[in-house]
Amino acid sequence: MNTALSWIKAYVPDLDVTAQEYTDAMTLSGTKVEGYECLDKNLEKIVVGQILSIEKHPDADKLIICQVDIGTKTIQIVTGAPNVKTGDKVPIVLDGGKVAGGHDGGPLPENGIRIKKGKLRGVESDGMMCSIEELGSSRDMYPDAPESGIYILKEDAPVGADAIELLGLRDIVFEYEITSNRVDCYSVLGIAREAAATFRKKFEAPVPEAKGNGEDVHDYASVEVEDSDLCPRYCGRVVKNIKIGPSPEWMQRRLAASGIRPINNLVDITNYVMEEYGQPMHAFDLDTVAGHKIIVKRAKDGDEFQTLDGQMRKLDKNILMINDSEKEIGIAGIMGGENSKITDEVKTVLFESACFDGTNIRLSAKRLGLRTDASGKYEKGLDPNNAEAAINRACQLIEELGCGEVVGGMIDVCAGKPEPRRIPFDSDKINQLLGTDISRKDMISYFGPLELLVDEAAGEVIAPTFRQDLVCEADIAEEVARFFGYDNIPTSLPAGEATTGKLSFKLRVEEAVREVAEFCGFSQGMTYSFESPKVFDKLLLPLDSPLRRTVDILNPLGEDFSIMRTISLSGMLTSLAFNYNRRNKDVKLYELGNIYLPKALPLTELPDERMQMTLGFYGDGDFFTLKGVIEEIFDRLGMRDKITYSPEAGKPFLHPGRQAVISYHQKVMGYLGEVHPEVLDNYDIGDRAYVAVLDMPVVTECASFDRKYEGIAKFPAVTRDISMVMDKEILVGQVEEVIEKKGGRLLESYHMFDLYEGSQIAEGYKSVAYSITFRAKDRTLEDKDVSEIMEKILKELKGMGIELRGFNSGGSK
Amino acid sequence: MKEKLEKIRQAALEKIAGSDALETLNEIRVAYLGKKGELTSVLKGMKDVSAEERPRVGQMVNETRAVIEAKLEETRAALAKKAREEKLRKEVIDVTLPAKKNNVGHKHPNMIALEEVERIFVGMGYEVVEGPEVEYDYYNFEALNIPKGHPARDEQDTFYINDKIVLRSQTSPVQVRTMEKGKLPIRVIAPGRVFRSDEVDATHSPSFHQIEGLVIDKGITFADLKGTLAEFAKELFGEDTKVKFRPHHFPFTEPSAEVDVTCFKCHGEGCRFCKGSGWIEILGCGMVHPNVLRMSGIAPEEYSGFAFGVGLERIALLKYEIDDMRLLYENDIRFLKQF
Repeated sequence: MNTALSWIKAYVPDLDVTAQEYTDAMTLSGTKVEGYECLDKNLEKIVVGQILSIEKHPDADKLIICQVDIGTKTIQIVTGAPNVKTGDKVPIVLDGGKVAGGHDGGPLPENGIRIKKGKLRGVESDGMMCSIEELGSSRDMYPDAPESGIYILKEDAPVGADAIELLGLRDIVFEYEITSNRVDCYSVLGIAREAAATFRKKFEAPVPEAKGNGEDVHDYASVEVEDSDLCPRYCGRVVKNIKIGPSPEWMQRRLAASGIRPINNLVDITNYVMEEYGQPMHAFDLDTVAGHKIIVKRAKDGDEFQTLDGQMRKLDKNILMINDSEKEIGIAGIMGGENSKITDEVKTVLFESACFDGTNIRLSAKRLGLRTDASGKYEKGLDPNNAEAAINRACQLIEELGCGEVVGGMIDVCAGKPEPRRIPFDSDKINQLLGTDISRKDMISYFGPLELLVDEAAGEVIAPTFRQDLVCEADIAEEVARFFGYDNIPTSLPAGEATTGKLSFKLRVEEAVREVAEFCGFSQGMTYSFESPKVFDKLLLPLDSPLRRTVDILNPLGEDFSIMRTISLSGMLTSLAFNYNRRNKDVKLYELGNIYLPKALPLTELPDERMQMTLGFYGDGDFFTLKGVIEEIFDRLGMRDKITYSPEAGKPFLHPGRQAVISYHQKVMGYLGEVHPEVLDNYDIGDRAYVAVLDMPVVTECASFDRKYEGIAKFPAVTRDISMVMDKEILVGQVEEVIEKKGGRLLESYHMFDLYEGSQIAEGYKSVAYSITFRAKDRTLEDKDVSEIMEKILKELKGMGIELRGFNSGGSK
Repeated sequence: MKEKLEKIRQAALEKIAGSDALETLNEIRVAYLGKKGELTSVLKGMKDVSAEERPRVGQMVNETRAVIEAKLEETRAALAKKAREEKLRKEVIDVTLPAKKNNVGHKHPNMIALEEVERIFVGMGYEVVEGPEVEYDYYNFEALNIPKGHPARDEQDTFYINDKIVLRSQTSPVQVRTMEKGKLPIRVIAPGRVFRSDEVDATHSPSFHQIEGLVIDKGITFADLKGTLAEFAKELFGEDTKVKFRPHHFPFTEPSAEVDVTCFKCHGEGCRFCKGSGWIEILGCGMVHPNVLRMSGIAPEEYSGFAFGVGLERIALLKYEIDDMRLLYENDIRFLKQF
């Protein structure tokens, strides 16, 4: 909402503040000023001059030399403007003055244009005559300006006077951000009331009064509201003998400053009242209204209607229409029809000032894709009582401006006017809520300018109907707070029972997982929760994959954002591809984010949101790099028992020979593997990439931060190294299983220290070497203790077809 | 005898002085002090010395031995020192050669900002809680005093799954879920992902994060809200940060406010960053609306509370001067490595 300060001052005449003071104070009392523009920002030393004589320039065909009376003296101005003649009064910028723009009306330079006297083709020029564009405005806002050339002032403009002032440019336009609850502030009067209350000045609202002639409007027209649920009130008045012409300058200026183009007196009056009262008005040419009857009712599904912008609109049964006795003539509250449009030949006008259901208008405008100034006001939900004031104000202006004869009386179809609301007023409770100590008297003093009455006997505040936002005592507390000043409310910290600050176990586990991933070189990424249904094909998932059962968004931002992800990989691969395409080397990323698995489709309850830890990288490293990260994570989470990796993961998006399911305590924790080359192609990644996914809810169940110190070994360990040759098909995991199974309680640890395939080893075989460590807690182990165990291990291995190549004692540690 | 010993001493000391290696010293030790060494053989010749002379000669031998041993040790120490110095000299490295780094990964800027906020509030006794991202319409709107048809539903451009389930457009539903549990008093913050149908551009994203705060107890006041958020702002943006509360409107709080902090670039003087105003808007807050308390089963006559909501991305963008929100979701490693 934009409004000129001069318009506010029309109702708060004593208001005398700088633009900054106004901005700050209004913002702090709740009417947020987003910014302001001084219309005279780059206008300096511009006065009214009268052209006394014109002669041709001796050396230039297109230039003329004017002698101009500027009140104090006569100056000479050379101009190329084609439209000036002797006797014209024009804005003159004097030597050293400033104009806002060039004569072509392009974008305005930040600091304006300085004007100095000089010679044009050898002839002295002491200043410049100004076009409306040079004054920073346009023909749109000053329709009386010529298409090109100098702006000609009215004949009565006093010579030598400040032309900026005369043109209404000594004004500041404020832009407000009005909150949706303050419907009343979408009007000049609403803001003026707030300004008066903020600065403690008198508020002088206009008193709308249109006498009308001796006739009765009911003899001219009638109104019937069929769907009163969508139209609580419809007021109509008739104006005859319309004389279309320009509206007065003051009205044009106020509209222009609000960004509304002056058109003619009738249109300007409706726009003016809409701004002033926040009540949209519509004018019908009564002669085009069949039966001179207005019927307000819902459209029928499939109806088509041409709005006055010439567009055909498809209607439905939830759109409220204005009809005459034969046909639809306007979409209620949104736009009139082509068939009842006002023309310059209009004789008799029916003014409509109605109140429509805000929600209905909002939804209709949305469905029609047609948001207008009027619908923007209606959708907030207007006060039915305002409709009457507004229509009378419009008719008053018609009379004052002499643009027609107002017929007496008003048609008023009203389903019920709201009554002022009574709200309990307990000043102690308000102080309790605010943490203040404001006297009841002070509170009441804030209410007066807001037109809130206090019924002391009942202990109630009575809120006027235009304040539909005031419902309960907390609302009254806010009114007190606003005018006491939020700034003046003291600061304190909540007292009372102490509470423990903490993170949930789930969040602590996530924190630990993030830390480990980062230590291992992975940086944290974030991707969207929604994605395209095409990802399943990109990931080579079969058509019957349960992952294709998705939670779908009804109104997505396009297909790419239309389903909630059921697998976290696509975001990771997209991020890796993004990096790959930017030639970033060695990229390691991780993401902690939810997947959304529907419990049943169609969705009747919330889906299962499962946090996934997704790791992915390309460049330096391989499958085992990622496996290492997984094991570091498990270690940090206190999961220090055997982790098993089964190669039959069954993930179609992973390399068939390089994937594994990760299990712990017989529970599946996730999977890891190398990305399938076809998937890499689908994502445009030109390098091998590896991914791992941990299903965090299961991991969290196994995690623990409890630790117990076990004592550092006092007795030496005994180590045995074995080297074996075995079939390639045998997994080292199977060897480890044997070591663990047969190692018994003396087994402390084991690790593979050599793996070899190639020459010296038969085709299809590999050589593997392990170092196995034994230790007793209570004594020094003897050779025979260990030898017995080793024999069992070796026997078992032999049974698997593993050939022992070497064996040494490794010694004690 | 005396002369003989003196000779041995002289010769030994000369040899020691002339040796420049530890091995030579060892040879000298063997040659003089060893089992077959010269000094030892003198001792062996003691049998020819008269009984009266023996103690004196013995003492002289021991003295000579001591002198030689001392000299040997002194020289050995000097030689060892020299050798170590030589070794150190040879081991000089170019310390400007590249480091061998562990290449630790980096946190997402959102996460850094979130941890910062969590740290502050956990320190003030707040518990960090979470709620579902796919949420019932009831929790996202209705229970927050935003009934069907309320214009605020449009302002937030919500993604719908069906007429009962939405992608939460704010973290405020966690307020309701926390209150419904009925455990009082409440001091929680609830960070999380929220969704609004805004097209992706430099300042918008259809998915972003908020941090909700909620305090419910007996006698909680607007002054407490002001004090808490002023403390928060100082912790987050620096001790000299000032806070400005402006009246605003949210359906689920009353009175409501928007909070500005002094621009942490210019400290309130006005700069490009704060568009000349000296202030930067960071959050919305207010006293929990009595309707919301009532719907969650808390008696507004007995309890009051405040709530606030901060945009996490907004804080991250401001704190780290990131000029394009899209960077946060592209995961370009060159971007992430800066945090």
